[in-house]
Amino acid sequence: MADTKELQARNKQEVSPEAEQTRPGRIFTPEVDICENDAEIRLLADMPGVAPEDLTIDLKDDTLTLSGDVKPLQAEGETPLLVEFEVGRFQRQFSLAETIDQNRITASLRDGVLHLTLPKHARATSRRISVSGA
Amino acid sequence: MIYRPLWSVPRWAGTDVLDELNRMQQFMGRLTDAFQTRGGARPAAWAGVFPAVNLSEDQDGYFVRAELPGVNADDLDIRVEGRHLTIAGQRTIAMEGDKVCYHRREREGGKFSRVLGLPGDIDAEKVTARLVNGILTVQVPKAATARPRQISVQ
Repeated sequence: MADTKELQARNKQEVSPEAEQTRPGRIFTPEVDICENDAEIRLLADMPGVAPEDLTIDLKDDTLTLSGDVKPLQAEGETPLLVEFEVGRFQRQFSLAETIDQNRITASLRDGVLHLTLPKHARATSRRISVSGA
Repeated sequence: MIYRPLWSVPRWAGTDVLDELNRMQQFMGRLTDAFQTRGGARPAAWAGVFPAVNLSEDQDGYFVRAELPGVNADDLDIRVEGRHLTIAGQRTIAMEGDKVCYHRREREGGKFSRVLGLPGDIDAEKVTARLVNGILTVQVPKAATARPRQISVQ
């Protein structure tokens, strides 16, 4: 697909958390792409403003939680003139199928995009069994 | 022959209906206000043009910030002309191979271009831009004439 179309402005999706929050601030849902091939599932998430040290990837009971804190963009002493987007924490949860090999998950964060690779278990990848004659 | 004066009926009905409509309109206005402030999904200022920008100022200059995750610095084209700042560029979403199936596809690629008028005169020579963690920050110093200057009293 050639990216020749015009990008449309979209609102950031704000979520109201299920658990009560102890920290102030807003929570947004990152936009994600998830694609799967024979060997792995790859997840890309847009998390602009999240530094690698502020990103937490948590895996518990087959639930993958991505959360990243965004520090306020404005420095002290600046007066806002126009505010079109708010910043806050990014958070999203996914439930993983059992076929994921949880020990081999890798993640990297580049230019505000999280790249997560979730390899499947060796036994879940389809394998052709050759049958030999007796 | 009994007849009813025509004008009295519509006038009574008309005023009542209009009052009722006005009340409804006010109520709906309050309702939508409440939604917008509580949900907060759409901040007060919203031009509807990509990218959404935040503009702030301090004594020495303006700061323009935009969320541009996954955009290469090489694909950005930032220009200044007079008081107008143009942010244009392209966001490319890499395609996976043929043998994949997508479960979610929310990220979008495409071209964008936005012109932003700044409220005061600027020093076009000293504009700097940085792209860190997917956030673009353009620092636009104010022109010397636009900066506040303290006058000492003799």
